[in-house]
Amino acid sequence: MLRLILNRILGAIPTLFVIIGISFFMIRMAPGGPFDQERQLPEEIIANLNKVYHLDEPLYQQFGRYLWGILQGDFGPSFQYKDHTVSELIFQGFPVSLKIGGIAIVLAAIIGIFLGTIAALRQNTRVDYLIMGFSMTGITIPSFVMAPLLSLVIGVYLRLLPVGGWGDLKHMVLPIIALTLPQIAYIARLTRGSMIEVLRSNYIRTAKAKGLPERVILARHALRGALLPVVSYLGPATAGIITGSVVIEKIFGIPGIGRFFVLGALNRDYTLVMGVVVFYGIIIILFNLIVDILYGILDPKVRYE
Amino acid sequence: MSENMKTPILSVVDLKTTFLTNDGPVEAVHNVSFDIFESEVLGFVGESGAGKSQVFMSIMGILASNGRASGSALFKGEEILNLPLEKLNKIRGHHLSMIFQDPMTSLNPYLTISKQMSEVLVYHKGLSWSDAEKKSLEMLDCVKIPEAKMRLKSYPHELSGGMRQRVMIAMSLLCEPDILIADEPTTALDVTVQAQILDLMLELKKDFKTAIIMITHDLGVVAQICDRVHVMYGGRIVEKGDVNDIFYNPFHPYTQGLLNSTPRMDQNVQESLVAIPGNPPSLGQLSKGCSFQDRCDFCMPKCLEERPDLKITTSGGLAACHLI
Ligand SMILES: Nc1ncnc2c1ncn2[C@@H]1O[C@H](COP(=O)(O)OP(=O)(O)OP(=O)(O)O)[C@@H](O)[C@H]1O
Ligand SMILES: [Mg+2]
Repeated sequence: MLRLILNRILGAIPTLFVIIGISFFMIRMAPGGPFDQERQLPEEIIANLNKVYHLDEPLYQQFGRYLWGILQGDFGPSFQYKDHTVSELIFQGFPVSLKIGGIAIVLAAIIGIFLGTIAALRQNTRVDYLIMGFSMTGITIPSFVMAPLLSLVIGVYLRLLPVGGWGDLKHMVLPIIALTLPQIAYIARLTRGSMIEVLRSNYIRTAKAKGLPERVILARHALRGALLPVVSYLGPATAGIITGSVVIEKIFGIPGIGRFFVLGALNRDYTLVMGVVVFYGIIIILFNLIVDILYGILDPKVRYE
Repeated sequence: MSENMKTPILSVVDLKTTFLTNDGPVEAVHNVSFDIFESEVLGFVGESGAGKSQVFMSIMGILASNGRASGSALFKGEEILNLPLEKLNKIRGHHLSMIFQDPMTSLNPYLTISKQMSEVLVYHKGLSWSDAEKKSLEMLDCVKIPEAKMRLKSYPHELSGGMRQRVMIAMSLLCEPDILIADEPTTALDVTVQAQILDLMLELKKDFKTAIIMITHDLGVVAQICDRVHVMYGGRIVEKGDVNDIFYNPFHPYTQGLLNSTPRMDQNVQESLVAIPGNPPSLGQLSKGCSFQDRCDFCMPKCLEERPDLKITTSGGLAACHLI
C-alpha cells in the first residue's frame, strides 16, 4: 500500500511538470497581457510593472523561476489582486468549493447508488422507467440551464430560498441541488448498468442456488462488483466537483475557486491561472490515487499488482 | 424393478421451460418427466443445447430472467417449482444442491473461499462463522484439496480451474443434501482427479443416501457411476433406461448414434467413430413430428407427422420412437 502511494507520488511529478509546462506557455500565447486596460497605461509604467513581475525576462527564464517557486510552495503574487498571493486566493476559495462540492458528491453517490440499484432490481418495470427517465433528463440538461431554472422557480417565484450569495446554510441549498442532480442521474445510470450485469453473472446464480436470502445476495455478493465502475467514476468526478463549478459559482455568486479560474483567464492573470491549474492537477492526481487504493480494497485481483 | 414401490424424492412431471427472446419463444425443455430415488445416480446425457442444464435450473429456480418454467416438481411430496423465494430458499442449497458447469465463473471473485463455503452452513444450519469454517475445512480435505487451510483464505482467482471445481463440489456437499445435481462436474478436471471426485460422490451416496443427478457428455462417466440414464434430445427425454440397457441395448436411433460417436475400450481400434450427421434442432421453430427426423437413418413418413411418445421397449426401458 505504502509502496503504491510512493510510486504514485513519484509518477505524478512528470505529469505535473507537463501540465505546468503546457499551461505556462499556452496562457502566454493568448493575446493581451496582465496589464492591458481600457485606458492604455503609459509605456514606462508597463515597463516598470513588467520588470517587477519579471515579465521582461526571456520565457525560459520566467519558466525556470516559476518552477523554482513552486518547488518552494510559492505560486507567486497575483497580477490582478495586487495585495494577495495566488496561494492566499486559492486557500480562500477552495474551502467554499470543497464544502458545497463535497456535500453534493456524497449526496449524489448515496442517492445515485440507491436509485440505480432499485432500477436494476426492478428492471423493465414502471419504477425502472421512472428512475431512468429522470436520469436521462438529469444528464441531458446542462447546468447552465438547470441552475437558473432552479433559482428562478425556487428563489424568485416561490421565494423559498435566496437566489444567490454566501454565508448561511440557506445559501448552500440551491447550488448543492444544482450540482447534485446531474451527478445523481449519472451515478444511477452507471449503477443500474453494472448491477444488471452482475445480477446476471454466474456467481450470483450460484449464490441463489445456495438458498441465500435476497438481501444477503445483494449486499454480500452483488454490491461490490457492481460498485467498481461507480468508484472509478467517483474519483475524477469528486476532484472535478470540489474544485468548483465555474457555472454554478457564477450563477449563485459563490466565492469559490472556480471563479478565480475564469477571472484569472479573462484578466490574463498568469500566475493565478497557473496556480489554479496546478492545484486542479494535484487534486485530480490525488483522487485517482484514492480510487486505486479503494479498488485494491474492493477487488482482490488488484491487490497483488 | 422394485423402484416402482419406493417413493421418489424428486418427481418431475411435464416440465416445460420457455425463454422469451427477440426471435420469439424458445422452448428449451419440453414435457420432461422423471423420478429420482434415494441413493441413486441418475445420468442425463445428450449433446450441447439439448436442455439438460435448463431442466435443473428450472427446478432450482435460477432460470435467466427471460425464462419461465411450468409443470410440476415434487420434492418429498412438496411442490417446489415456482415456489415463493422464501420457501424455496429453505430447500435449495440445503436439501437440494447443485454444482455448476462453469467452475471459472461460478464462484464469487470478491469473496474468500472460506466466506463462500461457510455462509451456506451459517444460513442453513445456524452454525457460527467459526464453526462453519471448521466444517468447511474438513470438507475441503474431503475433496482432497492440498493445503486446505491456506486455500480457505484464498480468492477464486488464486485457484486453478480444477481446484475451483473441487471447491464447488465441497461447497455443495456441506449440508449433506438429499439430492446433488452435478452439471458436468468433472469436465475441467484431469482424469485422475476426475476418478477421485467420482469416488467421492459414490462414497457420499453410500454414507448419506444422497441421490445424484449426473449431467454429462462423457459416457465414460456415465458407465462408471450411473444406475439409470436419461437421454435428452432437442429439449425432450428420448430414452430412459438402466445403464446397461443404454450401453448394450440402446433403442432410440439418437442414443445409438451417441454411442457410436464415443470411443469404447471394448471396441476394435479399426472400427472408426461415427459422428451423427446434421445439427441439433433449433428450438424456436416447433416442427411437426419427431425432433430427430432429419438426422435419423430410419425416418419414416409417420415420423414427419406425429411426435412419438415414450413407450416401453423390449428391454424394459422407455424410448420415444415410432419404431417401437
Ligand atoms: N436465457 C436464454 N434465452 C434463450 N435461450 C436460452 C437461454 N438459456 C438457455 N437457452 C437455450 O436453451 C437450450 C438448452 O440449453 P442448456 O444449457 O440446457 O443445454 P445443455 O444441454 O446443458 O448443453 P451443454 O451440454 O452445452 O451444457 C439451448 O439451446 C440454449 O440456447
Ligand atoms: Mg449444460
